Amino acid sequence: MTTPQAISASHPAGVRAPNGTGSSVSRVLGVVALAAMGLLVWLAFVASPRDAIQGDLVRLLFLHPALAWTAYLACFIATAASIQHLRKGTVGSDILAHSAVELGAVMTLLTLVTGSVWGRPTWGVWWVWDARLTSTAMLFLLLLGYLALHRIDAAPEVRSKRSAVLGVLLVPNVLLVHQSVEWWRTLHQDATLLDRQFDFGTSDLFMFTMIFGFVAVTLVFSWLLLHRFRVGWLEHQVESEWLDEAIEARRAEAHAESHDGTPTTGGVAR
Amino acid sequence: MSDMSYMYLGWGVPLVTLAVYSASLVVRGRALSRKVPAERRRWTS
Repeated sequence: MTTPQAISASHPAGVRAPNGTGSSVSRVLGVVALAAMGLLVWLAFVASPRDAIQGDLVRLLFLHPALAWTAYLACFIATAASIQHLRKGTVGSDILAHSAVELGAVMTLLTLVTGSVWGRPTWGVWWVWDARLTSTAMLFLLLLGYLALHRIDAAPEVRSKRSAVLGVLLVPNVLLVHQSVEWWRTLHQDATLLDRQFDFGTSDLFMFTMIFGFVAVTLVFSWLLLHRFRVGWLEHQVESEWLDEAIEARRAEAHAESHDGTPTTGGVAR
Repeated sequence: MSDMSYMYLGWGVPLVTLAVYSASLVVRGRALSRKVPAERRRWTS
């Protein structure tokens, strides 16, 4: 294993590479995302008026659909990366799919939680076995299944390939979640934002805040995905370095064995 | 619980979760990057 001292020694004198997963691009993105979230909170809590029917509860809708959108987006990225991994077998596509799935699981869980918190005072229940809610819960379980499959004790390429097969199934599941309100009679409302005929009957500021919520949460999602991908890349580097060392040690052992003529016992020590 | 309580709960849980997740990513990234040479961290170049 490369020690921190050895890493420092590998740099030219006076030049110190920054530690962590940050870069100039990610820092700018982080500042913009943080500012956008701050503005969203101000718009949602201060600028936007109370709704005539829902009262203050309407402020939850500035966040809940945006979280659901990023959960969908994560699944689209994961499926595209999984297909790429099955076709080309590249390490980067596996790391991207894994990162998107982990982030997608977080966003799906938050979608379920915020929906439940909105549903309790509006519908009178925390949870109902409605088609939209149930299919979203199934999507969450599928994402957890991917993460579990990615942790099984197997060769990295076998593990990645099996996970990628599951990753391909994410987008069909998202379509099922999205269409569930059309295909079945549900308590959950239809996809009103995509319905051009629907009269929202709300203020321009309400609509602006809602759409801005999508922008702000997508910026946060992008920052998280960038950093999660880099963490995955670092994990891969550490893992492959250990594998290289293990192979090198085994070669040295075999070399010594052939010279001495006496077989050595034991495997590769970490 | 009042409507305002539900609203604070509905905003508080996601914001705190995302903040904790972000912090965990930064901490994991810093710990791992100490074990990997800078030339293998493409974003530092």
